[in-house]
Amino acid sequence: MEQTAPLTIAPQSALRSQNRLRQTRRRLANAGMWIGASLATIIALVPLLMILYYVTAQGLPALNADFFTKLPKPVGETGGGMAHAIVGSFILIGLASLIGLPLGVLGGIYLAEFGNNRFGWTVRFAADVLNGIPSIVIGIFVYAVAVRPVHHFSAMSGGLALGIMMIPTIMRTTEELVRLVPMSLREAALALGATRWRAVLKIVLGAAKGGVITGILLAIARIAGETAPLLFTAFGNRFFSVKLNEPMSSLPREIYTFAISPYEDWHQKAWGGSLVLVLIILVLSLVARYFTRGRYKAVR
Amino acid sequence: MSSFMTIGTLEPKNKGAKPIMQTAQNLEAAPTAAPSEAPTGTTAPVPSPTILSRPASASVENGRKPRTESQMNITAKVETRDLNLFYGPKQALKSINAQVAANAITALIGPSGCGKSTFLRCLNRMNDLIDNVKIKGDVTLDGENIYARGVDVVALRQRVGMVFQKPNPFPMSIFDNIAYGPRLQGIKHKQELRDLVEKCLHQAALWDEVKDDLKKSALALSGGQQQRLCIARALATKPEVLLMDEPASALDPISTLKIEELMRELKQQYTIVIVTHNMQQAARVSDRTGFFLLGELIEMDQSSQIFTDPCDKRTEDYITGRFG
Ligand SMILES: Nc1ncnc2c1ncn2[C@@H]1O[C@H](COP(=O)(O)OP(=O)(O)OP(=O)(O)O)[C@@H](O)[C@H]1O
Ligand SMILES: [Mg+2]
Repeated sequence: MEQTAPLTIAPQSALRSQNRLRQTRRRLANAGMWIGASLATIIALVPLLMILYYVTAQGLPALNADFFTKLPKPVGETGGGMAHAIVGSFILIGLASLIGLPLGVLGGIYLAEFGNNRFGWTVRFAADVLNGIPSIVIGIFVYAVAVRPVHHFSAMSGGLALGIMMIPTIMRTTEELVRLVPMSLREAALALGATRWRAVLKIVLGAAKGGVITGILLAIARIAGETAPLLFTAFGNRFFSVKLNEPMSSLPREIYTFAISPYEDWHQKAWGGSLVLVLIILVLSLVARYFTRGRYKAVR
Repeated sequence: MSSFMTIGTLEPKNKGAKPIMQTAQNLEAAPTAAPSEAPTGTTAPVPSPTILSRPASASVENGRKPRTESQMNITAKVETRDLNLFYGPKQALKSINAQVAANAITALIGPSGCGKSTFLRCLNRMNDLIDNVKIKGDVTLDGENIYARGVDVVALRQRVGMVFQKPNPFPMSIFDNIAYGPRLQGIKHKQELRDLVEKCLHQAALWDEVKDDLKKSALALSGGQQQRLCIARALATKPEVLLMDEPASALDPISTLKIEELMRELKQQYTIVIVTHNMQQAARVSDRTGFFLLGELIEMDQSSQIFTDPCDKRTEDYITGRFG
């Protein structure tokens, strides 16, 4: 008894004390990491929250029925709204989607399904480069090819500039997500007598749908606030216009014009426009979130 | 021999030539001329490129014929001649000469990695999808080389259906999963689709479990249920040949028995090839069995023969569990 007791206790206590030391160190490290990560998150969130707060506080008073339904009043008068810019923004986004969506999605599918060759590699590289080109450069390019030849600004050229910006984003996200779809699903469809394209369009794209839609919405959210490519394409318009071959106003562009004016009432309007823009992007992101929700379930 | 003779003479009438003859007679305004008239039947050219005449299935079923005779009398639905397959530099199939009997169940057995799935996937050109695969030799379906130039792979795969080793339901509803194949074939009528789906689910022994939620996602089913769904899905395209890669490996004994029952029932109309690791199952359901080893087809014969008196020592070792 006397001999066995210390033998059994000694190593245990030694183990325990060692353990305790390690445990404290581990706990400290753990706590440190946790605090660090939390701090970083909070710091990252601060600007976002401040922007949201500022834009809301300043912009909310400007929002009323007139803001959404009326045109700006002539200089010096108060009142009026930004109806032309809101409608313009939606039209421009629609035009851009008409170009960017089919090209981006189909291109992405092509890259994922048939792009394991030199051509695919080249396209992928080109898309990445295009993604990195500053938006003002795209604006100048479209100005040169679609505005100069016809001698006037147009909504169409603005849509083209934004659409070009959408292509690489949508193409690359679509490719990534289509690649994630397991081979066994393609095999199942082909074994039932589907052609390659039918299998891809219905089954593969169906499985990747959620993610692809998310990519599309985020691309739209990104171009919704673009000003630079519109400066020499859609230009801007003080009046209400839905004609595609005439200059068209847009929210970012109008925010710029109003914000640099010397009138207090116009500054208010600029904040109001900013708030509307932020809300549009927020809604798009939320909808995108909704579609990502089922993504892993769908892809398995 | 007498049974051979009778079945042999019956053969042309069972083949697809019948309706054509009927319309010809109708055109000549002779409606009373019986469709099963013997003289026309015998004069009609034998349309099927069978290796020998049809009696095979009868002899396969009673399985008491002397071996050489039974082997000679197979109606090969699918046949491979000197089939070699390479994955890059690696040879996965080595000069396979196999005959898959029509209206019978052929079991493929062999240790893991010996090429059973690879062989199966050759029969509906599923290996086309994999980069770096090279195939030499012939695979014929009803005498037609399926690797010949100009073969419609889509049509081929509608005739040769497949159930994969791992269940792979589409991420859609149970109903849409099964209706996928028929819809590809252009069936749009709602009631027709509904009936077909129900029939196939019954056949795959899944109907009772899912009849109330056909709209539910197929991914919500259990693994075994998913496999049965995949079987139902393959049946819905009405293939002539059904390739099944270990269809029962994820199933409980009761569903397994149901699937085996289904296979026996199906072989009246279909030709079935099944890969299995379960010797009892192979012995139980199959009419013929092929034994693969390291990419070679060691032997292929009537199951009764393989499981009682195999030709090759290696087959015997494998079957009796003395392998390697
Ligand atoms: N896509 C592929 N690329 C390269 N090698 C492959 C591929 N598929 C199979 N193989 C190889 O071919 C051989 C045969 O594989 P196969 O899947 O046909 O075996 P199996 O008999 O079905 O085995 P199991 O009983 O485990 O399913 C294996 O050695 C495997 O490694
Ligand atoms: Mg296998």
